[in-house]
Amino acid sequence: MTVYVKGVVFEGVDFDDPNSWKIDAYIKRGGYAALKKILQEGITQDAIIAEMKASALRGRGGAGFPTGLKWSFMPRSFPGQKYLVCNTDEGEPGTFKDLDIIVNNPHALIEGMIIGGFAMGISVGYNYIHGEVFEAYQRFEAALEEARAAGFLGERILGTDFSFQLHGHHGYGAYICGEETALLESLEGKKGQPRFKPPFPASFGLYGKPTTINNTETFASVPYIIREGGQKFLELGKPNNGGTKLFSVSGHVNRPGNYEIPLGTPFSELLEMCGGMRGGKKLKAVIPGGSSAPVLPADIMMQCTMDYDSIAKAGSMLGSGAVIVMDETTCMVKALERLSYFYFEESCGQCTPCREGTGWLYRVVHRIEHGQGRAEDLDLLLSVGANIAGRTICALGDAAVMPVQGMLKHFRAEFEHHIEHKNCVAPGY
Amino acid sequence: MAATRLLSDDARKEIDRELAKYPAEQRRSATMSALRIAQVEHRWLTNELIEEVAEYIGIAPVAVYEVATFYNMFDREPVGRHKITVCTNLPCALSGGADAGKYLQQKLGIGYGETTADGRFTLKEGECMGACGYAPVLLMNNHSMCKHMTPEAIDKKLAELE
Ligand SMILES: Cc1cc2nc3c(=O)[nH]c(=O)nc-3n(C[C@H](O)[C@H](O)[C@H](O)COP(=O)(O)O)c2cc1C
Ligand code: SF4
Ligand code: FES
Repeated sequence: MTVYVKGVVFEGVDFDDPNSWKIDAYIKRGGYAALKKILQEGITQDAIIAEMKASALRGRGGAGFPTGLKWSFMPRSFPGQKYLVCNTDEGEPGTFKDLDIIVNNPHALIEGMIIGGFAMGISVGYNYIHGEVFEAYQRFEAALEEARAAGFLGERILGTDFSFQLHGHHGYGAYICGEETALLESLEGKKGQPRFKPPFPASFGLYGKPTTINNTETFASVPYIIREGGQKFLELGKPNNGGTKLFSVSGHVNRPGNYEIPLGTPFSELLEMCGGMRGGKKLKAVIPGGSSAPVLPADIMMQCTMDYDSIAKAGSMLGSGAVIVMDETTCMVKALERLSYFYFEESCGQCTPCREGTGWLYRVVHRIEHGQGRAEDLDLLLSVGANIAGRTICALGDAAVMPVQGMLKHFRAEFEHHIEHKNCVAPGY
Repeated sequence: MAATRLLSDDARKEIDRELAKYPAEQRRSATMSALRIAQVEHRWLTNELIEEVAEYIGIAPVAVYEVATFYNMFDREPVGRHKITVCTNLPCALSGGADAGKYLQQKLGIGYGETTADGRFTLKEGECMGACGYAPVLLMNNHSMCKHMTPEAIDKKLAELE
């Protein structure tokens, strides 16, 4: 189902070959060459970080923070233990790319983490894997065994004095653990409740030690950047939006799936790759970056290119790259009701505005959907939203508000219709 | 504490493998894995089981209770032999996820959070499992993902299960 179009993470992967994930196949397609190059040609930590900066790789977990810059924040000479953590907690509705990475190309992630460990002077790493994908966790553990046996992971890698240990950590069902500080709490064996920032993980992370956290796809892009050069990666995409990116396309298209394509590809082309709209129906709206991203109506979306800057300019965000496509039959009120329920259900409950506010949002959208909406409800939604956004410990609060704001900005008339006529303009999901 | 040992030797060995991943003074990090291993063996987490896990790891029971109640995939109440979790979040719902949930309710004659009278099935409504492209998706007993679960595929799957 994953469709390799043109990209760095799945380059050379054969999705029909059940052994394509294995280390032999990975090495055959150029895998571990970047790590060897670093260790055998004596490439310095500074040179690696410079290459990462040149690539303009932006974090693929949602926030889009430049990876090279993040790596440069790590206090490399800190004398005690430091940690490297990979975020495979992929739980943002619509996102299913990291699952495909650890199932189909786990060594790209492993090699990327080893290189990251070398570049930042870190000797221990963990990969936190989403609870619902146990089989992917097992695959990752099997790949780690292969990497250890081949001498790429563990003590004195390839006979040098660089050592790096890496372990899988399996989550057990909590969206909030995708938030990096909640993830760290969870990794410490506690409830996944986000921490106040600052201090940031680079100074106070796992077990209170300096820690760098990146998304699976971010790490899996690293071997290519080192092997081929940051400049070449950058040129695959567009300025400030380097490289290719995985887009998880779900919803009303003929071929849902992961599409790895250059950043800057027009949305219309992506839609074509997906075989167009299911049943030949008309496109109504797209959530372009995971459930937290504001929805965009078809006409705006069709003008966008798939990159951080274009989607931001259109008033939404590229987020995790989850593209949720909805056709003309979709009821926007019902769609929002389901998303609002999700944030209410997944709020960790630490902050009052989020704990209470997400419940309010859900209950109000729910009553509109069920024909009990009141004229003042739309303003109420916006005012509840304003009382959550920016007033919470973590960004889940904002993530709950953005879908509401986006829907009311672009589809207000549909909500008004629901309130007035107590029925839908569109039949369903 | 009662002298009966609930965790088997195999489970203890598996927990040991998890413990070895973390620094010696951070045994607590293995709590989630240990509870998962315990739950696989006993289907759901009784107070006794939680306390035995705490004792085995060497941390306060309250720390383990905290984890057992926070994460959705831990069951603190009895569940059927087969726990089916269906994803009904929006991306899946657009491709039949909500319908799959309705079909299961109808077919099993139970609502979400309920267990069939014969103790065979428990049905749960789940959130995004990171597999939306394969919708509709069901998770069997937390660990096995079933993809493209149309009504026919559901019928077939249920018939296979004792
Ligand atoms: C509520 C919430 C959920 C998140 N979920 C994820 C996730 O599932 N995966 C992920 O990589 N980042 C997630 N993030 C972002 C992380 O906090 C963090 O920014 C990211 O892992 C950093 O990696 P990157 O710089 O490589 O993108 C989430 C953030 C929030 C606020
Ligand atoms: S914003 Fe919500 S999820 Fe985040 S810490 Fe506060 S209560 Fe928890
Ligand atoms: S929405 Fe169902 S798996 Fe993501």
